[in-house]
Amino acid sequence: MALSRLSSRSTTLLQPLATTSLLRRRHISTDTTPITVETSLPFTSHLISPPSRAVETSSQELISFFRDMALMRRMEIAADSLYKAKLIRGFCHLYDGQEAVAIGMEAAITKRDAIITSYRDHCTFLGRGGGLFEAFSELMGRTTGCSKGKGGSMHFYKKDASFYGGHGIVGAQAPLGCGLAFAQKYSKEEAVTFTLYGDGAANQGQLFEALNIAALWDLPAVLVCENNHYGMGTAEWRSAKSPAYFKRGDYVPGLKVDGMDALAVKQACKFAKEHALKNGPIILEMDTYRYHGHSMSDPGSTYRTRDEISGVRQVRDPIDRVRKLIIAHDIATEKELKDMEKEVRKEVDAAVAQAKESPIPEPSELFSNIYVKGFGAESFGADRKELRATLP
Amino acid sequence: MSAIIHGAGAATALSTFNSKKLVARSRTNLPGRSKRCIVAAGSDDGSKSFGSSSLSLRHSHKLIANNAVATKADTSATTGHELLLFEALQEGLEEEMDRDPHVCVMGEDVGHYGGSYKVTKGLADKFGDLRVLDTPICENAFTGMGIGAAMTDLRPVIEGMNMGFLLLAFNQISNNCGMLHYTSGGQFTIPVVIRGPGGVGRQLGAEHSQRLESYFQSIPGIQMVACSTPYNAKGLMKAAIRSENPVILFEHVLLYNLKEKIPDEEYICNLEEAEMVRPGEHITILTYSRMRYHVMQAAKTLVNKGYDPEVIDIRSLKPFDLYTIGNSVKKTHRVLIVEECMRTGGIGASLTAAINENFHDYLDAPVMCLSSQDVPTPYAGTLEEWTVVQPAQIVTAVEQLCQ
Repeated sequence: MALSRLSSRSTTLLQPLATTSLLRRRHISTDTTPITVETSLPFTSHLISPPSRAVETSSQELISFFRDMALMRRMEIAADSLYKAKLIRGFCHLYDGQEAVAIGMEAAITKRDAIITSYRDHCTFLGRGGGLFEAFSELMGRTTGCSKGKGGSMHFYKKDASFYGGHGIVGAQAPLGCGLAFAQKYSKEEAVTFTLYGDGAANQGQLFEALNIAALWDLPAVLVCENNHYGMGTAEWRSAKSPAYFKRGDYVPGLKVDGMDALAVKQACKFAKEHALKNGPIILEMDTYRYHGHSMSDPGSTYRTRDEISGVRQVRDPIDRVRKLIIAHDIATEKELKDMEKEVRKEVDAAVAQAKESPIPEPSELFSNIYVKGFGAESFGADRKELRATLP
Repeated sequence: MSAIIHGAGAATALSTFNSKKLVARSRTNLPGRSKRCIVAAGSDDGSKSFGSSSLSLRHSHKLIANNAVATKADTSATTGHELLLFEALQEGLEEEMDRDPHVCVMGEDVGHYGGSYKVTKGLADKFGDLRVLDTPICENAFTGMGIGAAMTDLRPVIEGMNMGFLLLAFNQISNNCGMLHYTSGGQFTIPVVIRGPGGVGRQLGAEHSQRLESYFQSIPGIQMVACSTPYNAKGLMKAAIRSENPVILFEHVLLYNLKEKIPDEEYICNLEEAEMVRPGEHITILTYSRMRYHVMQAAKTLVNKGYDPEVIDIRSLKPFDLYTIGNSVKKTHRVLIVEECMRTGGIGASLTAAINENFHDYLDAPVMCLSSQDVPTPYAGTLEEWTVVQPAQIVTAVEQLCQ
């Protein structure tokens, strides 16, 4: 039965893996034989020769891509409902549609390479190993959150996985990222820093300042512009004279990548890491798209048509692309993938339920972690009491 | 009110109560300086006790070891070496860079040029280009880079060529430097030191004579200190580098050439502590940075007129050392704040509020605050003089308060 299904579904892509059994459930997650897939679009480059379009992957990796992206998608949708239920307040910037960037990047690097991004950080946090429960707790302002409930949606951090956040001010993470790269060079760590910013931040002066220093001092910095074509409500063509963000580094080489193709992202990031370790900074422009508005307070339809959004969803959706690849290479069946999505949904729901039960921070938490207790640490308190108090 | 003590060189008097307190406090700073100093006894009920044995006199030398009166050259028996304030800063920085390889310096012209005020002279040759970094002129970016580097293990010392330039980096200092420790739930510490000269110089013009203490003081999560003598400059620099919190160290353009003898052995000043410059009885004068010298100049006149001012260099601008200040207010019951900061929303304004809130019952007169005028500093010499507080104004204010 399975074999007949196979033959009816073969596509123009490379030969499917040899199937040996008639078992409905294959051992899909442990197969690491390399499969080579071509990226959907060629890379466009500036001042550098682009990497090859042929990406090496494996069934294990493709399945993990699918699962992780489905998890991220589900998490963002759950965050959407939580926001509408007023359990998440303030600003909530969702990443659905852009998952391939986070996933592809993780596949190319190690936990010692640093990532720093802006406020659209939920999925990047997850990609770096953050837990669903911590993410939802932080979004709902509970003590079990990754920043103890004091950061919120825009301030997710995970130090042990070298994830440096999580920044609310547009573009402010660019100099921070170059500082991280500087520290990596200083300590001779053989690691790189991926500094992510958006097309809106690409017009910030501090980005060019940081780029200049990074190029001058040969820092291992990879600047990644996640170009989702809209800076909140302003389209790319209305805010940038030159929307070729990968070329705007001028003397710094750049690469334009289809950001909806996780494998292309993986290839580009691998290439960029090698380049940055040897030759200094490089810019990657990820051509991607976000389905939600800029944040939950933005419907996302006043500056673009619904047809555009659904068009991208039908043609370029990253999860569908990986799904088609998996099915074409016969790594799993459609039903198995659907089952996986259902599992993921249950996982997310469980995490949400658990997070809803978590405690809110104590009032004393208001004053903790403002200062670090350190050398000569007796002081007189931020609240200026007369008595000596030790810094919390 | 307690009786007036005439003359600066009067008999050294101790009350046992005061001595205990002073002993306890001096242990927090390393000893090593002895200064000619006056300790005026004054318990609150106005009576005095004179401890007159030679033993207690020797005790008094050690007690007031850390009371610096930098205007007087001291005849110290201990060894030390004399240097200028910028050299003291350089010594502190060099010692810390030797001690910890994670300390690095970044700023404009700090490397090959040696620093615009020579604070980093010679360091680039000694430590190399990776530890003493010449940055291009982009304060926002290099301050941000310093903070990013501090999020991992480095301890950068960021120099603003003039504190006024740091306004360009305000976003980084406020949002990232001050707040990251809090918003990350304690995951990241930012052990940076941001330093640079500020204050009104000699006809440098409005944009180069800014006092940024008032702008930075509300940022949660940072500490601010102002140095005023070579001794505390070196001590505060070292303490700031070793502190796990971000510290902004305010230096003053006109104080870089002050000469003083400082100890040979290693010492560190407490970041949160104020310095008792001249103990007194009639009125507490709180000051910091360059105004300390204007106050001490006025103090000479005041002493000749029969007043006994207690002068405290608050040093720590955030948080305030309300312990030392409080004890002083409880003793003298009158406060005058002399500062170079702007009047509106300045350090003096915050200090006035803090003193009124905490020590209202002990005050016999309203807290008076002398600050520089709320104007852009003019270029013309005479106008510039009138912008900042002059000793004559301090004398008048004290007389007014002590009526």
